[in-house]
Amino acid sequence: MKASPASRSRYIWQKVVFSGLTVITLLTVIPIILVVAYILVQGLPAISWEFLTAMPRDGMRDGGIWPALIGTLYLTIGTAIFAVPLGIGAAIYLSEYAPDNRWTRLIRLAIINLAGIPSVVYGLFGLGLFVLFLNFGTSILAGSLTLAIMTLPVIISTAEEALRSVPQAFRVVSISVGGTRWQTIRRIVLPEALPGILTGIILGLERAAGETAPILFTVAAFFLPSLPNSPLDATMALPYHLFVISTQVPHMPVQIQYGTALVLVVFVLVMNLSAATIRSRARARRQW
Amino acid sequence: MKEAKITIENLTVRYSDGVEPLRNISLTVQRKAITVFFGPAGGGKSTLLRVLNRLNDLTDVASVEGRVLIDDQDILDPKTDVISLRRRVGMVFARPVVLPFSIRGNLTYGLELAGERNRDTLEAAVKRSLKQAALWDEVKDRLDEPAVALSGGQQQRLCLARVLALEPEVILLDEPTSGLDPISTGKVEDSLQELKKKYTIILVPHSVQQAARTADHAAFFLQGELVEHAGGKKIFNTPRDQRTDDYVRGRFG
Repeated sequence: MKASPASRSRYIWQKVVFSGLTVITLLTVIPIILVVAYILVQGLPAISWEFLTAMPRDGMRDGGIWPALIGTLYLTIGTAIFAVPLGIGAAIYLSEYAPDNRWTRLIRLAIINLAGIPSVVYGLFGLGLFVLFLNFGTSILAGSLTLAIMTLPVIISTAEEALRSVPQAFRVVSISVGGTRWQTIRRIVLPEALPGILTGIILGLERAAGETAPILFTVAAFFLPSLPNSPLDATMALPYHLFVISTQVPHMPVQIQYGTALVLVVFVLVMNLSAATIRSRARARRQW
Repeated sequence: MKEAKITIENLTVRYSDGVEPLRNISLTVQRKAITVFFGPAGGGKSTLLRVLNRLNDLTDVASVEGRVLIDDQDILDPKTDVISLRRRVGMVFARPVVLPFSIRGNLTYGLELAGERNRDTLEAAVKRSLKQAALWDEVKDRLDEPAVALSGGQQQRLCLARVLALEPEVILLDEPTSGLDPISTGKVEDSLQELKKKYTIILVPHSVQQAARTADHAAFFLQGELVEHAGGKKIFNTPRDQRTDDYVRGRFG
């Protein structure tokens, strides 16, 4: 059967729209690819075992980034220690216990707004509260707490979303066979929501690992000759180190700058990939 | 005449928006028999079931007036231990909801919540409840497989078995066969006939025909009101109220 002219023109129009959308989608991906490719090309020659595991030398113009790498690792772990239990606890409260009233709406509003605050403001807040008022000094402790506060909104909202997506019917059935609310949460809701919660945690920590402003006044050191020994020591950290060697040190070899950027990008990308893996594995296994 | 297991006196349920899904219901439910609550949708049957094991605590209920006695204990009393009440009064829902565990895990869940750890006791409960729900032969070789792998009819019988594993005194079934094929429906109805020798059963059927097939006693609900309540098949053959007659003969509904 031959298509009528009207339906043919509609068909062509559909093709035009689809191709247009495909091009737009590709356009959004191109910058990401370019950034990663550029950093790879510029930074890869710098990467070596020594670059990763040696102390910086010669005013950071030579040697490695070991203290910055280890510092970022410490800060990520420290952030997790504070943000994960608090975030999951708040999410459980909001999803499972909180009544729908003015008070809970206020809490939710606060969380949303917390997510929108510029990170430098967190940095100043951390300086005021943790470094000065609580007298933690510029330290891993102060930095981790600051990063944790910044990370909390992400963890709370994704964890709450994950908890809410567990079917209500599971809860009703569990209660109907004599379960308490807490038993229901611990034995059904939390295990089913765990992959979603983990994804949120990783996405939050990934942001914490890459931020410069919050650690600027609270923990990061320009240069330290040795690794931190306790949570009350300051430390170097990758994002701040990158800022320092890109702007503060004259005659800095470009290779080292891009090598450092590459390590930071890979650090964050690995976390991102593991979040994606957890999510897709859980989705394949999910029974509802 | 067998004695009453449940006595409902002047029960009125009110939601916070002022709607009354049940008005001034008085009714006795006989021990070890199948009592059927039937009538068109919106009559308050499901609400009444949810009062009986206090699942309506989870919904937006403003007030529940009257008394509901199960073995002379008023379950509406605020001091009632609802956890143990729900273990005594089990519920099977219209849509089979299996928990995201294995078949075995679904059956042991309620007992484990109650603190039962003994493997032999749990294993015995699994076997007994599956046999009572006429599911044992179909699943005995794959108890550790995920329960969602079962067919709809098998899932609903698993839900019945999950209730039976707790050895309740009363079993509430809210249109348990509404989504099932006739063969699965027949299996569920057959198990109920067997189970009534041990348990007090209240069934909200999905049709008048099912009501007439299964009922030892029947109560007709219309818009929150208990219109008529009688033993045996009387209500289906010679109803006293014109509205019951109209509904049973299919003039509305």
